[in-house]
Amino acid sequence: MKTSNATPPLLTVDKLSLTFGGVQAIADLSLEVRPGEVLAVIGPNGAGKTSLLNAVTRVFDPSGGQIHFKGQDLTQLQRHQIATLGIARTFQNIELFEAATVLDNLLLGRHRFFQGHWWQQVLRTPALTRLEEAAHAEVEKIIDFLDLTPWRHSPIAGLPYGVRKVVELGRALCAQPELLFLDEPASGLNPEETRELAFWIDDIRSELGITVVMVEHDMSLVSAVADRVICMAQGRVLAQGSPTEVQSHSAVIAAYLGA
Amino acid sequence: MRFDYHTQYREGFALWRSPFDRNLYALLLLVLCVLPWFMTPFVLGEMAYVFILCVASLGLMSLTGLTGQVSLGHAAFIAIGAYGHAWFLSKGVPLPLSMVLAALLSASAGLLVGIPAIRVSGLYLAMVTMAFAIIVEQIIGHWSSVTGGFTGLAVNDPVFLGLPLSGSKAFYYFCLFTLVLVLLVLLNILRSGMGRALIGVRESEAASYALGIPVERMKAGAFALSAGITGLAGSMLAHHLKYLTPDGFTLLLSLELVLMVVIGGLGSLRGAVLGAILISSLPTAISRIKPFLPDSVAKQFGLETFIFGLVLALFVLFEPMGLNGRWLKIRSLLESFPIYRKDTFKRNKRYMKSERYR
Repeated sequence: MKTSNATPPLLTVDKLSLTFGGVQAIADLSLEVRPGEVLAVIGPNGAGKTSLLNAVTRVFDPSGGQIHFKGQDLTQLQRHQIATLGIARTFQNIELFEAATVLDNLLLGRHRFFQGHWWQQVLRTPALTRLEEAAHAEVEKIIDFLDLTPWRHSPIAGLPYGVRKVVELGRALCAQPELLFLDEPASGLNPEETRELAFWIDDIRSELGITVVMVEHDMSLVSAVADRVICMAQGRVLAQGSPTEVQSHSAVIAAYLGA
Repeated sequence: MRFDYHTQYREGFALWRSPFDRNLYALLLLVLCVLPWFMTPFVLGEMAYVFILCVASLGLMSLTGLTGQVSLGHAAFIAIGAYGHAWFLSKGVPLPLSMVLAALLSASAGLLVGIPAIRVSGLYLAMVTMAFAIIVEQIIGHWSSVTGGFTGLAVNDPVFLGLPLSGSKAFYYFCLFTLVLVLLVLLNILRSGMGRALIGVRESEAASYALGIPVERMKAGAFALSAGITGLAGSMLAHHLKYLTPDGFTLLLSLELVLMVVIGGLGSLRGAVLGAILISSLPTAISRIKPFLPDSVAKQFGLETFIFGLVLALFVLFEPMGLNGRWLKIRSLLESFPIYRKDTFKRNKRYMKSERYR
């Protein structure tokens, strides 16, 4: 592992709780994400993995606890301000802009950067054209990185599922995040696509220097790329450690098998 | 066959796809510019009216088509633009400034409606906007000191820098110029950050939030933009009508605008223009074919409404993408002529629902 315990954590979740009526989705959950690591969050259905992700990205208001990203309290921010800090995410059920082309989807990924003043956009000034060209150049890097060249101008609506998954990953990468949340990146992918994804996640961490937190069920992917695994059950952290440690942890086995 | 070979990024998002396209549009503009010398004043007046409706339809398209918010009350924004413009003119405000003020007035009314629109969508939003239109109609009817009430309000003749624009030729150019201006502004917005964000809000709010798009502000802003453009159309319509009464801005006008954007093809500016042309020329076309119809049909009350409804039903059934969709099909047929695949635009129905496709 490249990181040592001396570097301050990138994201700290402290005693987070989230309730929907009488349902406690997350209870007193504390965890840390260290810069430069790939952290996998696993757990049986209903463990609160996606709820955790949604609480951090401000889709839900936490009922208690704190979330700090590089020292800033995320619970004080509005939902759309999360992206500007350098946090990007993908969704479990792909949330792409279906009528738009791949290129436009990726360009929208760059929305957190300066897009030109409104009057520049209306008048299409030369400065804005240069700005757009710079944005296109950045997007082309991601298209190159994820091999999306053949699909560049195709509308999402006509793309196969596997490609859509990659486009969504690409859109998150276009935001040039420091911290990337992947919500079940391998769900619905075939084994070959999953292996490809493992290489990409590895490259995202090592080449682009992005910290990755992924919620995933596919243990082959988790053991292939994750540095650290956190297993959740009923809104709590059950076990954490290296993939092999967690997989052989008795409480984890009990949670999955219901023993 | 046509291939786009780009060597610079800016060619990818240029206004024209190719020099050929640019030349075609230039030709169209040229034809529209010389047309007044070959047309009767009546036809010119009708064409100016079509241009005005094109602007109004573009206004609604930037709301319904781009951000996916329904509005059944756009006649209210036309009315606000028209009455505002007439009132500013009567106070001696010069024409261009008065038009801008009328558009801004309408835009602020749009913002007012847009704020509840952040919370409601779909059918409920349609109801909110319709209620707003009814309120505006009533206010216009009863606020006699400003709007002239049900007796109406005469509009001063348009004068620009001392030149009268009330002649059919001058008014035609005036409307054409405004239409081209609005089109250029919308095209520029569409191919920059703001336009992409509007589309993003339409397609997925969850993803828009996650990418840093302030969804609420975008939705309210789209309302303001749309109302502003529609108000601008209203200010031109005031000169076309010359005399404003509240019954010119009823629900029927709102529905006609909705018809234009739906039949034109939601989400495309070309669709808005084509839809406006079709819907505004339908009444004339119907009155032209009436003499050839049997008396029992031609004399029927509500023939026009029937044909409007029929056209809409046929479009929804056979061409859901609207006139713009048909245009794209014809264009791609011509461009890829020898090897056009019949099913290029065919969307296959998915009989299977799974985790992969919803």
